[in-house]
This record gives sequence, C-alpha cells and structure tokens, in this order.
Amino acid sequence: MSETSAREKLVVIGNGMAGIRTVEELLKIAPEKFDITVFGSEPYGNYNRILLSPVLAGEKTIKDIMLNDLQWYADNKITLHTGETVTEIDRKNCIVKTANGKTAKYDRLLLATGSNPFILPVPGRDLPGVISFRDIHDVDLMLAAARSGKHAVVIGGGLLGLEAANGLMKQGMRVTVVHIMDWLMERQMDEVSGAMLKKSLAEKGMQFMLKASTREIMGSQKVEGVKFADGTVLEADIVVMAVGIRPNIDLAKKVGLHCERGIVVNDTLQTFDPKIYAVGECVQHRGQTYGLVAPLFEMAKVCANHLAAYGIGMYRGSVTSTKLKVTGIDLFSAGDFTGDENCEDIVVRDASRGIYKKVVIKDNRIVGSVLYGDTIDGAWYFQLMREQTNVSDIRDKLMFGQAHLGDSGHGGNVVANMSDDTEICGCNGVCKGTIVNAITSKGLFTLEEVRMHTKASSSCGSCTGLVEQILETVLGGDYSAPESKPMCNCTEYTHEQVREFIRTQKLFSIPAVIEKLKWKNKDGCASCRPALNYYLLSTWPVECRDDPQSRFINERAHANIQKDGTYSVIPRMWGGMTTPDELRSIANVADEYGLKTVHVTGGQRIGLYGIKKQDLPVVWKKLNASGLVSGHAYGKALRTVKTCVGKEWCRFGTQDSTGIGIKLEQLTWGSWMPHKFKMAASGCPRNCAEATIKDFGVVCVDSGYELHVGGNRGVKVRATDLLCKVETEAEELEYCAAFIQLYREEARYLDRTAPWIERVGFSYIKQNIVENTKKRQQLAERFRISQQENETQIDPWVIRSTEGRDQEQFLPLKVIA
Amino acid sequence: MSNWIEVGTVQDIPKLGARVVQAPQGDIAIFRNAQDEIFALADKCPHKGGPLSQGLVHGKTVTCPMHNWKISMENGEAVAPDHGCSRVYAVKLDGEKIFLDLAK
Ligand code: SRM
Ligand SMILES: Cc1cc2nc3c(=O)[nH]c(=O)nc-3n(C[C@H](O)[C@H](O)[C@H](O)COP(=O)(O)OP(=O)(O)OC[C@H]3O[C@@H](n4cnc5c(N)ncnc54)[C@H](O)[C@@H]3O)c2cc1C
Ligand code: SF4
Ligand code: FES
Repeated sequence: MSETSAREKLVVIGNGMAGIRTVEELLKIAPEKFDITVFGSEPYGNYNRILLSPVLAGEKTIKDIMLNDLQWYADNKITLHTGETVTEIDRKNCIVKTANGKTAKYDRLLLATGSNPFILPVPGRDLPGVISFRDIHDVDLMLAAARSGKHAVVIGGGLLGLEAANGLMKQGMRVTVVHIMDWLMERQMDEVSGAMLKKSLAEKGMQFMLKASTREIMGSQKVEGVKFADGTVLEADIVVMAVGIRPNIDLAKKVGLHCERGIVVNDTLQTFDPKIYAVGECVQHRGQTYGLVAPLFEMAKVCANHLAAYGIGMYRGSVTSTKLKVTGIDLFSAGDFTGDENCEDIVVRDASRGIYKKVVIKDNRIVGSVLYGDTIDGAWYFQLMREQTNVSDIRDKLMFGQAHLGDSGHGGNVVANMSDDTEICGCNGVCKGTIVNAITSKGLFTLEEVRMHTKASSSCGSCTGLVEQILETVLGGDYSAPESKPMCNCTEYTHEQVREFIRTQKLFSIPAVIEKLKWKNKDGCASCRPALNYYLLSTWPVECRDDPQSRFINERAHANIQKDGTYSVIPRMWGGMTTPDELRSIANVADEYGLKTVHVTGGQRIGLYGIKKQDLPVVWKKLNASGLVSGHAYGKALRTVKTCVGKEWCRFGTQDSTGIGIKLEQLTWGSWMPHKFKMAASGCPRNCAEATIKDFGVVCVDSGYELHVGGNRGVKVRATDLLCKVETEAEELEYCAAFIQLYREEARYLDRTAPWIERVGFSYIKQNIVENTKKRQQLAERFRISQQENETQIDPWVIRSTEGRDQEQFLPLKVIA
Repeated sequence: MSNWIEVGTVQDIPKLGARVVQAPQGDIAIFRNAQDEIFALADKCPHKGGPLSQGLVHGKTVTCPMHNWKISMENGEAVAPDHGCSRVYAVKLDGEKIFLDLAK
C-alpha cells in the first residue's frame, strides 16, 4: 500500500474475536476510512474460539470454526500479518514493530490482545505435556496426546476445565478434574446446582477431586503425574491447566499505557493515549474485565463507531450469562446468584427429575439466576434482568416459566430436541437446520445477523425466542444480546433515547432528527422513518406536520394493500352497530365495482376487497354519502370497538355496553398510536365482546365498570390485567384517554400494549393511571388536545375524496397507449 | 435508437416517493429521491410482484411494501440476502422534464 494514500492508517494488534469484530463493524459503517493492517501471533485467519470445545470433542473440525479466511482479508484490502507478534510500540512516531522486525505506521491503533491462560506456579509446570486451553495449537496438542496417552488430569473445575475434560473423555481418555473449591463452577453455580452438575458428569464417567490443592507436576522428560497437598498422587499423560485467564497487558504496560488488571479504557474504548483503542478480554472497563464474547462484541460496536468518527454510542458495561457446552447438560447462570441479606431467593427443586431453578430478586427486580436441568427460561430471566423489569406482578408465576404467562402455542419448545426440518419461522418458511447452518457456516452471533442471513424472525417476530434459543444451543455461551437495542441500523440510539432527544432538543421534523443525531443513512430507512414520524407527531401534536412519504403504504393510502396490489376498504361501524342505509351503500359499491369479496371481519364490521387504487377516492365518496367513514383498519391507530347488545336487549345485561362502545370509539378514533389499538365493551361478566383480550376492555357489572388493559389475541395471546373498577361512564372515558396517552407517549413504535406492559410492569401503569389522580387527569387532557390537532378527527377519506386533497397519489403519472 | 417519451416533471413526483406510468408492457414506477434523482423500474418486485411504487424510498433504494425486500433503484437488484432483479428503464431529465425510454 502506498505511503501517500489519503486514507488514515489503522493498525490492529491481535487477530482474535474482538479485534476482527471491531474491523467488521468498522467496514460496515466506514469502509473507505482506513487502510487496515492486522498483526496476529497465531498462524491463521480469524476463528471462533468458543467452538474449540466442540473441536476437541470431535463434534466439529477447525475448518468449521473459521470466521474469516485469508480471502476475506484480501477482499477487504486488509493487510494481515499472521505469525507476527508485536513487541514494540513507538507512541511518539506512531510505529509498531514485531519480533521479526516488521513495522507499520498508524494513525489509530487498536489493541485486542486477548488474555493468557494462567499457569499455576508449581514445580514441573514447564514439562512437555502441560497444556493450556486457549487456541488451536493447544487443541492440536491435546488431540495428539489423546492418541498416545490414557490418563488426563484437568486442573480447574470451571467452564473451560469442564469443557476440556469432556472433550478429552470423548477422545477416549480417562479424565480426572481437580478443583480447589468445594464445588464445580463456583463462579456460576451455587452449591446445590454445582453438586448436581458433578453428579451428571460423574455419570458420564468423569472423575473428580474437589478441595484439592496441586503441589507439583511430576515427571522427568514429560508429565507423568500430579501430586497434591495431602500427598495423593494421580497418574497423568497430560495435564490441562484451566485455572483462569489473565488479560494480556504485557505490551501495553511495556509502552506505558495505564493498566490495572487490564488495559484501562473509557466508555468509548480509548486508552489513556487517545490514538490507541483497546477492546476484548485485554481491557478493563469501569473496573470490570470480561471473558465472554457478548460484551466484547458490544465493545466492538462502540469502538468501531468512534474509529469511524461518528462519535455516538457509549459502552456502559455488560451483564453476562453463561452456559456450559457439554452435550446433554443444561445449565444456565447469570448475574448475582448468591445474593445478600437484601435479596430473596425463589427456588424450585425437583431432585428426581434433576431440575433446580433459582432466581434471586432484589427490589422486585431479578439480579441473578441459576438453572440446572431445565434452562428454557434462561433467556427470559436474563431479559427481565437486563431490562430491569419490575417482576412483582408476575412473581407467583415466575418459576413456572414464560410459557405460563398466557403464551399460546409458541412457548415451551425445547429447540435442542427439534429435528432439523422443524419449521421455526412460519412467515418465511425457515427451518431449524437452515438457521443452525447459517450460524455455523457464516459465523453469526446475534439475532440481527440471523435475521439478515436467513430472514428467520424478521417478519412477525413471534419466533424470536426460538431463534434466540437456537443461537444459545449452537454457540453454547451467551450470544450477543445487547442490553439496549438501537432503533435500527441507521443509529446507535435506542427508541427511548431518540424520543428524549426529540422532546428536549425540540426537534420538529425527520430531517432535523437525522441531522442532529447523525444518522448513518441520510434518508433513514423503512424501519426508522415511520417510527420517527410517529414520535414527532405524538410529541409535538401542535407543531409537527405529518410526512406521508414516511408512512407505510396502508397509512399513506388510507386502505390496506392486498397481495395483488389492489386495496381493501373497511368503514367504521361505531361500536359494531350499523344501519340498513349503511348496508345498502356497501352493497351498492360492491355491485358497482364488481367486488367479489365482502367479508365480515374479525372486528365486527365489513370489509370490501379488490378495489383499484385509482378508484379509492370515488368509493370513499359513495360510502361517505351514507355517513360511513374510515375504519382505520390500515393504521397504527384505533381499530375496532367490539360490543355486545347489552342491557337494552340481553336478559343478563347490566349496562349499556353498546352505547359505551360507541362513546369510547368517538372519543379515541383517528389518533396515531405506536401500534394498532383495539377495544371492547361487554354488558356483563359473560363477556360476549371478549373485552379481556383487548388493549382496553370494559366489562360492565351491576355496580359499575371493570376496566381491563393490555390484552392481545394475535401472535401471542395475553389476557388483560384488571386496572380498576369505576362507577361512572365519565370516569371510564377519562381512564381510557389517560391509558391511551401513556401508551402513546411511552411505548416504542410497533409495541402493542401487551408487550409494553410486560416490559414496564403492570404496577407502573396502575401507579400512573389509578393511584395518581393528577397524572391521570393530565394525561387525559393531553390526549384531548392532541385529538383536536393535525386533522386527527377529520375523516381522512372525506379529505381525499370530497375535498380532493392528495389526488396525485391515486392517479397515474401518465398513461402510454 | 432511442425513443424518449415525456412523462411529466420532477415536481409531479413527491420527494422520496414515486408515481406510476401505465404502459403497454405493464406499470412502470418512476421514483424521486432526496437529491431529486429520477429512477424507473418495472412496478413489480422480484419477490412476489409487489408494487414497488408504493414502497418507502431511501438513498438509492426502495423497500417493497409487501415483505420489505430492498431493491436498488439504480440496477433493480434486490439487496442481499435476497436475490432477484426488477427490470430497469432508461430515464433522463431535461431541466424539470422527465423522459422515459420504454425500449431500454
Ligand atoms: C381484515 C382482517 C381480517 C378479516 O378479514 O377479518 C385483518 C386483516 C389483517 N390483519 Fe389482522 N385482521 C383483522 C382482525 C384481526 C384480529 C381480530 C380482532 O380485531 O378482533 C386480530 C387479533 C386481535 C388482536 O389484534 O389482538 C388480528 C391480529 C393481527 C395481527 C397480530 C397482532 C398482534 O399484536 O399480535 C397482525 C400483524 C400485525 O399487526 O403486525 C395482523 C395483521 C393484519 C393485516 C394488516 C396483515 C397485513 O399486514 O396485510 C391484514 C390486513 C388485510 C387487509 O388488507 O384487510 N392482524 N387481526 C380483520 C380486520 C378487522 C377490522 O375490522 O378492522
Ligand atoms: C475453549 C474456550 C471456550 C470458550 N467458550 C466460550 C463460550 O461458550 N462463550 C463465550 O462467550 N466465550 C467463550 N470463550 C471465551 C471467548 O473465546 C473469548 O472471550 C474471546 O475469544 C476473547 O476475544 P479477544 O479478541 O479478546 O481475544 P482472543 O480471541 O484471544 O484474540 C487475541 C489474539 O491476539 C493475539 N495476540 C496477543 N498478543 C499479540 C501481539 N502482541 N501481537 C500479535 N498478536 C497478539 C493472540 O494470539 C490472539 O490470537 C471460550 C474460550 C475458550 C478458549
Ligand atoms: S388476514 Fe390476518 S390471519 Fe389472515 S392471512 Fe392475513 S394476516 Fe394472516
Ligand atoms: S413482493 Fe416485494 S418483498 Fe415480497
């Protein structure tokens, strides 16, 4: 590469998982910015270190675990020096130098030197046959030893040691695991689960010596045995040292970078020399070092962002979880699973089935969990923990698992037991085998990447949990599930952060947001633009104007697009009521336009199908004439208000449920929301209008009205929570308006009320709507104001038919005969 | 041999939007992006034939309204991991006027 290149020079020291991940992230966002040179001590491209365990166990080959082969470096114009260890950094002149005398100049330097295995300082430690478990070379040594020797001693009963022991056993060796503590994996397991783990492994043939302190490794030419403090001696052909890792900071220390246990970095992954960044196991961030890939990948993302000079995104530390990659053993551990005097434990133990589950709770939030034997809910607990969800409402159901929270059909699947041709994603027809294949062959780690490569879970998302479980089973350890997900690929900011900016910075348009927050794509994308449009309108109902080009076609055309490009039209039937006149005009339109399909929808009204876009305005005009208006069946907005006939006719009816439904619909129609919103009012607890599966439902009783919120009957069924009981219709309308406004102001775009409530906790809703009268009134008032702005309650069909606005979109630009 | 047909002006198409030209060979979507560049594609997504003219325009790409495939407005190619291509038509601008060539 020429010295005169206009690009800046980035040098990466360490060709491992964190370093190369950072390079990949950088290439995604700023492919032209740097000439990149990578130095790696190991003689390979970049491989997936996590999968060394299955390689040792004979379940995978080295070829399977390559992430980036040499061709990838060439394709991306990266200069790679393998087998080259950097030994010097001239920080003044910005030059690095390897042991073999190779040099490279840098403008920015990235240290990603990983860690070194710790070797116990006992006599005999240097004998041939003492092996660590860190890289391909170590695995080669172990595999060779397994061919000639019989006895292996693994020192260290942690994650790494047990995976090594399992692998060696699979290679036919007799293996003893030696551990200094009272139980295995004491950093991830409590005493009970540790003992259960030991029992299962012992049943597979593994032997153990606990509370054993190694004195000496015996042998003259090579390893022959191990001697312990109590005098015991074990025969050994190899000794695997897996007693821990130490961040590899030798080089950084030598050149005067500030190090403690690791290389100290700030929230943007910079060391004390601002030209030098560091990521991976070698760093210490806010006092923490990490030994799992998920946090390293989060670091990589932030670091790349700063190298690219975008300057947004901070790394704030990670919460991690662990799994053991030993086939047939299910364990999961995360967070603080021992707790202190301020914590409570919930424990379920079923010794006969070999199941143990413990969740540690502090201030109504999960702070840690250990699961053994049944780990299906690991991902769920971990999510509740990371998102700091208040679990007081689901406490009593917590231990039964997510499947018992009203999830019909999608929960409770054990993906590990599924065959490869089991369909996981029903929308895109993606099978388990395809996903597993993509994860291993393309080196995927995150849900996002699986979506990108296979489309699984990229549509309705109901299989997200399953895909996450597959990621877990395949990768074993924690896959990268960042704590707060960015809104989309255009930005690092979360939905909440963007909303906050819009509010505090008084941003009134999409271009303003994109400019201020330095979006990567200048026009945004199909996923953020509709969200931004909504956030702007809901935050500034008076100041902001709608942007039709940022709406999905349905909302832009005020009708639902069908698979053949025609549209459906569904007029509103207030509270499920209609009249002969309305029905006549529907019938006339159907006749006049030869519409084959007239469907009674799932929402108590009538849908007309197969209308050409250019005919929409006239069809609307005809419907308008009999008083029919848009039913917003296409919008993230109020859809239907289902009712039963109620007191007027029904012998059990206690109140005027139909009238209530109509009033609710009149109050709330037209308002834009994060997602669609459905209501119902039933005249008595027989609940014929199914109010307890709606976003907001009213069940009438003799003494008043029960108000229910957060129901859903689509992808995942959820029954409502009972918000409260009120006595008058006026109260009922106020609660409804307040609830909708809270949802409008705080839920993420495309959150239905059900997932939103599960995230923030039902108590939070209750506090704001029921307990805090002032807050409720303010919310209801803000809703009332926003209903009067931006033509919210003017029928969009009338505007586009009789008033003739926005005609171009319905007409062809030109017709060429 | 080119055969340019005038179909309208840049102002006739909303920024980051599209309009349709009805032609004997089927509908053709005419797009306008933020830089006022004009593109023309057969109004048929390579996936299942969705009308690309009804999608969201960003950069030089349009996202299909049906199942969110992203299609390059320059060459009609679907963006990876999807595969497929929509026919591209030649367009040129003369001042504000848009000309389309159905043969190319
Ligand atoms: C028209 C209708 C089917 C029918 O002919 O009966 C329908 C049609 C569609 N539904 Fe629905 N849903 C219809 C009632 C329902 C119901 C029943 C109800 O409202 O009581 C449900 C379950 C109740 C619920 O929402 O909790 C329902 C749950 C869904 C879901 C899952 C939502 C969820 O949160 O789980 C989707 C997907 C989505 O919104 O992302 C969906 C999406 C859709 C879409 C918009 C799919 C799409 O993107 O094209 C369909 C539009 C077709 C069209 O052009 O009309 N539809 N959909 C119903 C319209 C009712 C109306 O009068 O407005
Ligand atoms: C057997 C095994 C199983 C694991 N299982 C899991 C798991 O299930 N889940 C999980 O999340 N994590 C697991 N891990 C941990 C995970 O692999 C590491 O956290 C991750 O690889 C660390 O990435 P890194 O880039 O910081 O370091 P590394 O991947 O170690 O990369 C550092 C590289 O830098 C090179 N290097 C160092 N100094 C220099 C120098 N001066 N010049 C040139 N090159 C240099 C090293 O040779 C090395 O190749 C496992 C690790 C092992 C060993
Ligand atoms: S109408 Fe609803 S349930 Fe029926 S196919 Fe469409 S999205 Fe699926
Ligand atoms: S038809 Fe365009 S994405 Fe399916």
